[in-house]
Amino acid sequence: MTTGIGARVLRKEDRRFITGNGNYVDDINVNGQYYAAFVRSPHPHAEIGSVDIAGAKASDGVIEVLTGAEVAADEIGGLPVGWGITQTNGEPMVEPAWPILAQGRVRFVGDAVAVVIAKSIDAARDAAEMVNVSYTPIPAVIATEDAPKDGAPQVWDEAPGNTSFDWEIGDKAAADQAFEGAHHVTKLELVNQRLVPNAMEPRAAIAEFNSVSGDLTLHATAQAPHAIRLLLGAFVLQQPEHKFRVISPDVGGGFGSKIYPYAEYAVLCWAARRMGCAIKWTADRSESFITDAHGRDHVSEAELALDADGKFLGLRVNTVANMGAYLSAFGPLVPTFLYATLFAGQYTTPAIYAHVKAVFTNTTPVDAYRGAGRPEATFLLERIVEKAAKETGIDPADIRRRNFIQPDQFPYATPVALTYDSGEYGATLDKALALADYTGFAARRDQSKTSGKLRGIGFSLPIEATGAAPSAIAGQLGARAGLYESAEVRFNPTGSVTVFSGSHSHGQGHATTFAQVVSDQLGVPIENVEVVQGDTSNSQFGMGTYGSRSLSVGGSAIVRACDKILAKGRKIAAHILEASADDIEFVDGNFQVKGTDKAMNIAEVAFAAYVPHNYPLPTGDPAQDENALEPGLNEQAFFDPLNFNFPNGAYICEVEIDPDTGVVQIVDFSAVDDVGNIINPMIVEGQVHGGIAQGVGQALYEGAVYDKETGQLLSGSMMDYTLPRADNLPMIKTGTTETPCPFNPLGVKGCGEIGTIGATPAVINAIIDALGDYGVTDISMPATPEVVWRAMQEGRA
Amino acid sequence: MAVTVNLTVNGAQHTVECEERTLLVQLLREHLGLTGTHVGCDTSQCGACVVHVDGESLKSCTMLAAQAEGANITTIEGLANGDELHPMQQAFHENHGLQCGFCTPGMIMSSVDLLKNNPTPSEQEIRHWLEGNICRCTGYHNIVKSIQACADKMKAA
Repeated sequence: MTTGIGARVLRKEDRRFITGNGNYVDDINVNGQYYAAFVRSPHPHAEIGSVDIAGAKASDGVIEVLTGAEVAADEIGGLPVGWGITQTNGEPMVEPAWPILAQGRVRFVGDAVAVVIAKSIDAARDAAEMVNVSYTPIPAVIATEDAPKDGAPQVWDEAPGNTSFDWEIGDKAAADQAFEGAHHVTKLELVNQRLVPNAMEPRAAIAEFNSVSGDLTLHATAQAPHAIRLLLGAFVLQQPEHKFRVISPDVGGGFGSKIYPYAEYAVLCWAARRMGCAIKWTADRSESFITDAHGRDHVSEAELALDADGKFLGLRVNTVANMGAYLSAFGPLVPTFLYATLFAGQYTTPAIYAHVKAVFTNTTPVDAYRGAGRPEATFLLERIVEKAAKETGIDPADIRRRNFIQPDQFPYATPVALTYDSGEYGATLDKALALADYTGFAARRDQSKTSGKLRGIGFSLPIEATGAAPSAIAGQLGARAGLYESAEVRFNPTGSVTVFSGSHSHGQGHATTFAQVVSDQLGVPIENVEVVQGDTSNSQFGMGTYGSRSLSVGGSAIVRACDKILAKGRKIAAHILEASADDIEFVDGNFQVKGTDKAMNIAEVAFAAYVPHNYPLPTGDPAQDENALEPGLNEQAFFDPLNFNFPNGAYICEVEIDPDTGVVQIVDFSAVDDVGNIINPMIVEGQVHGGIAQGVGQALYEGAVYDKETGQLLSGSMMDYTLPRADNLPMIKTGTTETPCPFNPLGVKGCGEIGTIGATPAVINAIIDALGDYGVTDISMPATPEVVWRAMQEGRA
Repeated sequence: MAVTVNLTVNGAQHTVECEERTLLVQLLREHLGLTGTHVGCDTSQCGACVVHVDGESLKSCTMLAAQAEGANITTIEGLANGDELHPMQQAFHENHGLQCGFCTPGMIMSSVDLLKNNPTPSEQEIRHWLEGNICRCTGYHNIVKSIQACADKMKAA
């Protein structure tokens, strides 16, 4: 079959995008809609005195101006946090309220104070300038490392030391003991800088309230429409779910930043309901920079203990993680269970201990951005492993090989709470070494030298946890929601199939990949399968698309629904073919009686289910109805995974550095990934390419830079924040090993984030390798020409 | 104050009354409903709004609508010949040159202009040309491949 599992099927969704017929939120207009513009704080920390709205309200075209006072009067709730962390001392994390318009105090530049609603976007923006807020600035704390210091300004009275939580994982005593007997200890201090996600489509929303029916509809750029409905409806707006519909049409990238129930969406819904109208808002890019949840922002120190053979004995990590001014929906999860649980990496390190302090600062809140915690873990681990290799003189590939978890050790329980599913880390590394022509590197280095360039090679062996995870266990760890996914597979009477999924593609190609799965399972031509997502009125429920979960969790739910379709179809076919259901086998889309040529196609079975003339309908007589069936062929399933799955890979990067300018050019990049079974190799490669570009972005170009005094985001536009461009990247060589994950019926692992997780340390390790002759042992990110050039000068000194 | 702009878009003549400060991209999206041209930034960096003005690619956020008086504009909606895709559109489809699709109209419009100026670009020339178009999804790998494939196909034709 050329369209089933494993086939390089071209995307079904492409045509609308390449012809300009995509349907993004800002492309939608509702009759009579008004437009919103937000009044935002220019101060990182200030008391709000009066908010004078008179001028704005009198401005041309303005319908309404609302402030925090109305939010409070209407008893609108604060934005909820989806994951609670229990601190080391047993106390819950400090979780301050996050009102949807500021109450009394603003806590970061961009904090929303008021909203202007007008007949045109220009009128709204013009009037927003006329809202006169009297601020009394108070001292602000901006930098991560400053937040816990004695005497630092306090973001929240209820969070002394600016600490939201103090948390640890692993056996400290065992780790300490490992260091006592160590032959060698490698130490590392590093900063994992703050990033701004920058999905190409800015966030946008339209809220519509029907005063007659009481129905509230929100069109929003959302990765998880059902979750947004649940969180905003139940915790913020008190809008019951059956009267609240969230529609997320085509979404122009997300990378985590479009998971969350943002304040703007809540304000629009509240105002539309209050005013009985429709209101539209589209962020401009500057607004996105300061209001989209940021990513990363850790300051860490780590120590790795080794024996004389280069075996890892123990790892100790201490991290300060910046949460920003408020706790974003999944912010507390990122530097804890998505981070420190990955410190075993691909290795058998027997003793690991990590301590994490999460702090508040007067900056934009931080949450999951592509990889979310796992890039921070992999960066730290793969940097310290490579540093250990340099210090001990062991080849960087070899030191990793000496420490690999072996294929016969799975399922493998790490010292930091996870049980890995499957992998052949050595084979994956071997493939990467071949792809990168590792043995030819010395010659290439010499060649670069003759042209005046410094060449370096760097490794990174990422592993991550995707497809989260058994709901019950997640609940014990602090999750405030389930983590399953739903699916509905609906045969239409004439044999086509509509698939509803609670996950939601924002570029990942679900319309194609999921259709391949269904085509494969049900034997229906792929052109007869349509995947429907992104509307709470269509799919029953869902947790959405993030954490590389859509195929392993959402795809598995589809498989389960297909199983139910086949089970019912078998009974229908048995009735019509006058055979026992046990004698019916399903082959290539046909139900056939074993050993005979009696068969009927699944489309015929579907037709019979909807036109049940020859059909085992209930008779009303219980004695006869044991095998009776309802008409129709439409099944739902929820899939709650037994475990995470653990994509892993081996990444090798080669760079050339111009010693006169410090400019780094990536000249070769090889990535071999084990993402389990592969449904569509073309889409997997695309995910890896894009992931690597974002990982390279962190290594070389990107960084949210705040002015420590004024709290202004200096890198607040695409002119100031460097996103990777086409000429910053090489063609990327990819390969795969496939060890199926045993915890889902497709045997798949997530592929959406591994590239980002793996790429960053490979690039930085390559730069450090290239600068070895200059005595450089560390380099900060982004490794701009200035950073590299300075490191060379300082290393030399 | 309002201005009146006469222009041709995708072969159709339009007379549009808009504010003086209206940008060409706003005229296309908000007045003509041609939402295939996207706005991804506010600093003329991202290239999601690239259209052809009198045959040359241009970021439609860098031009006032009033400056387009008399101009002949082609947007992504006007690139295909009926149901028959432009070879560049076909190449992006066949080479997985798009994921979320948001940068895609600008990428395709820019790439068409590249091949008009340079029918046989090298990989480096393609990458250099695309400096004004940001994609956050693909890592550019398959976009470059799409353009190479399109160039090969157009050369063979």
